[in-house]
Amino acid sequence: MTMRFRLFKNVIKQGFQGMWRNRGMGVASVSSISAVLMILGVVLILILSINELVLETQGKFDEIEIFLQDEVTDEQLTLIEDTIRGEEGILSVLYKSKDQALEEYKEQWAEQAYLLEGLESDNPLPNSYIIQLKDIDFAENVVKKIKYMDGVEKINYHKEIIDKLLLFANYIRIGGLVVMGALVAVSIFIISNTIKLTVAARKREIQIMKYVGATNGYIKGPFVIEGVLFGLIGALLSIVLVYYGYGYFFKSVGDNLYSMFTIILIEPKAILLDLSIIFIAIGTGIGSIGSLVSMKRFLNV
Amino acid sequence: MIKFVNVSKEYPNGVEALSNINLEIKKGEFVFLVGASGAGKSTLIKLLLKEEEATTGSIYLNDIDITRVRNRRIPRIRRNIGVVFQDFRLLHNKTVYENIAFAMEIIGTRPKEIRRRVPMVLSMVDLSRKASHFPDQLSGGEHQRVAIARAIVNNPPVLIADEPTGNLDPDTAWEIMKVLSDINAGGTTILMATHAKDIVNMMKKRVIVIEDGKMIRDDEKGGYDHEIQTI
Repeated sequence: MTMRFRLFKNVIKQGFQGMWRNRGMGVASVSSISAVLMILGVVLILILSINELVLETQGKFDEIEIFLQDEVTDEQLTLIEDTIRGEEGILSVLYKSKDQALEEYKEQWAEQAYLLEGLESDNPLPNSYIIQLKDIDFAENVVKKIKYMDGVEKINYHKEIIDKLLLFANYIRIGGLVVMGALVAVSIFIISNTIKLTVAARKREIQIMKYVGATNGYIKGPFVIEGVLFGLIGALLSIVLVYYGYGYFFKSVGDNLYSMFTIILIEPKAILLDLSIIFIAIGTGIGSIGSLVSMKRFLNV
Repeated sequence: MIKFVNVSKEYPNGVEALSNINLEIKKGEFVFLVGASGAGKSTLIKLLLKEEEATTGSIYLNDIDITRVRNRRIPRIRRNIGVVFQDFRLLHNKTVYENIAFAMEIIGTRPKEIRRRVPMVLSMVDLSRKASHFPDQLSGGEHQRVAIARAIVNNPPVLIADEPTGNLDPDTAWEIMKVLSDINAGGTTILMATHAKDIVNMMKKRVIVIEDGKMIRDDEKGGYDHEIQTI
């Protein structure tokens, strides 16, 4: 046990030493990892924002409005309502009369509500059913059933918008993943080259270690730690830069009243934890894989 | 201690470096491994160190068939063997003391034990006064003595020396042979590959001659054969 601990301590010590001795090239590794992670951050923010947008839109648009003809009979109404209730995925069905619709408009228009005055006697708004769905996917079936029923004037629902949005979000996600994958590969290459320099400089030492019976783990350990440290520093650097950079961007966009964007953009605080976890995981991952790759050749003594 | 049974080694490029080697070295023996360059001496040593795998046959070290040992266990095998090379292979950024201590550190020896053992080994190779010197401040013979000290510091039962005197002048070479003899007298089995004719002739130890991958001679207290000399 104590022997293991001594070996472990040696490995850690050598890892830190290696990082310090190699600090010149380390700057290159750290900045390449940081650069990758920062681009990754931008992609990530984009993806998260779009996810948020999709979720929000889905929540908002999971209803169907069925506008009724003015001359609809009570029998037709009952038939329509029964048909709707018989369908799958219905959360609630609400009957909204002309008058209620007008009231709602008035509330929404608030100060401009005077424009609507006088409409009570000859209300142009139709009676309607507002259907809440469990999911927008159920909309199509319901719509198909009711569309040509007597008394139905028009149906409003947002399936197409949602579909387009989902498609768009998927493209962004796939594109983002491809870009991320390529960048990760590039930085593994860069860091493995950096570590290769340390490994080459210590080739003799490694050879001697092998002959005296050092285990592979003991030989690899310091280099992996060196790589992980580079990755960790790169990750911390890019977390700070992305978080504050994005925070600044978010704030200035908000201040300038491009409120349309702030609706879409995700809040900086909401991503800090995810960002940190992802960056640290990828940064240290790149570091350790990079160093393992660079060592492969040297270990077959 | 060491036993080769029907060992052959063919390299991937088709060269047969060793063919059907059978030999046994007992504990405490001092054995010269003699032969021209490319005869197969280095391959034999590499097989013992598990740097290369035998194509066929078995190699026993302490009754363990090392040809069947898995890669993960190789370091354990190597801890039974000290190695000395022609080119010394010291670390130039470490002092003599540190070079030797290094071999103990990497297998996790207690610091107290290292502080006790290193000076002991240094005095065995007569380098106590140079403990804090760096390799660049030492002569060739001193280099090799440091390398020997490093090879035996972990008390391996076997010491392999691959042309240990190859880079040294005759006087210094004898100095090294004296150190190796002393170590052998302490019970360590020694296998030394060499070209040095007069050393082999003078030492009167067991000589194994390899030629074209075959063992052609195995003499107790032999000499460097005339036949080999002309090659």
